[in-house]
Amino acid sequence: MSPKLGLPRFARTPGSSEQPTPTAPSASTTIEPSTPQAPATPTEPVETPHSPSADALAKLSAYGRAVLSWVAEDGYPMNVDVEIEVKPAEGTVRFDEPAGFRIAPGTPVAITGSHIRAIPDGGFDQRRHVTVWGPAAARPRGRFAVTPGRVWAWDEADMPLPAAYERSLPKARRYFDVLSAERGELVRPKLPRGLLFFRATRAPFLSATFAPVLLGLAVAARVGMFDVLTAVITLVAASFVHLGLNVANDVFDTLQGADDANRTPTKFSGGSRVLQNALVSVREMSTLAIGCYGVAAVLGVILLILRGSPALVGIVVLGFFISIAYTMPPLKLVYRGLGEISTAIGFGPVMLLGAYTVQTRGSLSLEAFLVSVPVALLVAMILYVNEIPDRAGDASVGKRTLPVRWSKVAVIRGWDASVVASFAVIVVGAAAQVLPLPALLLLLAVPLAVRVHSGLVRFYDNPYALMDSMAANINLHMIVGLLLLVGYLLTIADQTLLGRRPFFLS
Amino acid sequence: MVDAALVGELTVIGPDGNPITYPMVPLLWGDRIFLTSSVLDSAKIAHVKANPRVSFSVTNPDGLGTFTGMVTIQCDARVSDDDLHAGWERLLPNWTRKDPATVGLLKARVGFPLIFERVLIELTPRRTWLWPNGRTDRAPQTTVAAEVAR
Repeated sequence: MSPKLGLPRFARTPGSSEQPTPTAPSASTTIEPSTPQAPATPTEPVETPHSPSADALAKLSAYGRAVLSWVAEDGYPMNVDVEIEVKPAEGTVRFDEPAGFRIAPGTPVAITGSHIRAIPDGGFDQRRHVTVWGPAAARPRGRFAVTPGRVWAWDEADMPLPAAYERSLPKARRYFDVLSAERGELVRPKLPRGLLFFRATRAPFLSATFAPVLLGLAVAARVGMFDVLTAVITLVAASFVHLGLNVANDVFDTLQGADDANRTPTKFSGGSRVLQNALVSVREMSTLAIGCYGVAAVLGVILLILRGSPALVGIVVLGFFISIAYTMPPLKLVYRGLGEISTAIGFGPVMLLGAYTVQTRGSLSLEAFLVSVPVALLVAMILYVNEIPDRAGDASVGKRTLPVRWSKVAVIRGWDASVVASFAVIVVGAAAQVLPLPALLLLLAVPLAVRVHSGLVRFYDNPYALMDSMAANINLHMIVGLLLLVGYLLTIADQTLLGRRPFFLS
Repeated sequence: MVDAALVGELTVIGPDGNPITYPMVPLLWGDRIFLTSSVLDSAKIAHVKANPRVSFSVTNPDGLGTFTGMVTIQCDARVSDDDLHAGWERLLPNWTRKDPATVGLLKARVGFPLIFERVLIELTPRRTWLWPNGRTDRAPQTTVAAEVAR
């Protein structure tokens, strides 16, 4: 159809051999992305209003034909495909009056160039469009010229789906508010309750709790102190503290504007987003946080009754304090660059020594502390790396995390130092015979650490490309914890099942 | 043509009285034309609610297969947002036929839940302008709905 009309309906995409009607655009100012396209999605375009510019006309010039829209005399809008001619030098778009229609001079019109690429197996991609608005000024021989007064352009290649999604959330929340007001009842999006709980509490991050608690139990078991009931209670209580912390963190970050300001959240950073998605209210999230802390408190009391000791009391109090003060005013530890150290203490020595103390009825040990060091440092590094893509939003609300304060080089050096220290502590501990030799299994995680380092260097400034490294960084903590645990289980097996002195320490 | 088209153009009237054109996937349900819009683009929905007079065109040759024509349909639009969560699901077979990527996104619904909180926009045609060969520089064939003709 297009060749008959003399000009292409759609623009050529460089490097695309599948373009069905790939005639080159006539203007030399065409701007076309050459980067890989985001997958086609049913999301709606995000309006990005900006002042009329040569850039918009250049985009429109890539379209030989466009949809001309105006409001007809009967009050209905009309849209017709027309051939357009962009005049960059005079800043106008020209078109002929469509046959069979009358457009009065001065009529406000919109001219929309729209592109998709049909995929042979079904569907389409490469969605983009540009619209300019302005009054239609009459020209000789039935032609009109529009000098754009307003522009709207969207290109899915410029804005990945997650970013487009986040930008549109405020509009969606307003829609639900209006709908709720119209109906006199709360209208909100739905998710199955189980999935909603899973997402709101960020339950997958519980591995950060399992690692130190299980290790604390293992270290205690190696010295012959292990009780199943209190071990289970400890694990469940620590998990609920963690879930409560996650939920409270979302509440306070939302109330202080940090999560709303974050336009580049990933599945590892930026919170659960259940509040931003209007899936729950702040009140419901607050109730959930209180509920999680409540369960943890009850279980904590039970542990104190069963295995109470001054050391355990101190650890429980410190754990609750860090958890609550993490984002809650006035302390807001994470807003003051203390998030990493708080996380390290809470998810390292507090949990590991806490679990150990419950089993040993109040004892503390150098061995348990040393084992907690890599767990502490690496869990702090989860937060630290996850804060990298959040740093712009965090900075805008005064959340002064370390990635906000430090340069890229300093942040990566900080990560390197923490990871090296994590490995070094275990090596030194094993060499000094404080730790069993199988603890050195954690060195198997060195290649993973190298991979994370490379990812940080390459993708520091690209939140979505950084996601693989963020996932690997989380895995590093989990795998180091697992390798240490395997090392301890081997040692315990050697001691107990074989009924002799630990081979690995001999 | 509407059933064959991957994408068409919906033109609505904005609050300032100017036309606004949105590329959208047209979906047939019986003999009716539906569009569906996520609440993420609530501005479009608000415009249609405020002024249900719209026009919808199919001009994009990429998604028309053997069809070579173009069509513009002047319509009255009705927004249905009674069941944002599932009201649009009856259109899913037709939608995924035109855009199979929707299936993958639907599986990731937990991650992007508001994409699938959607209104339905039902279009009732009033007048139709058809360019059988896509030559809009020539006068179109016009048809008028019976109730409009009366």
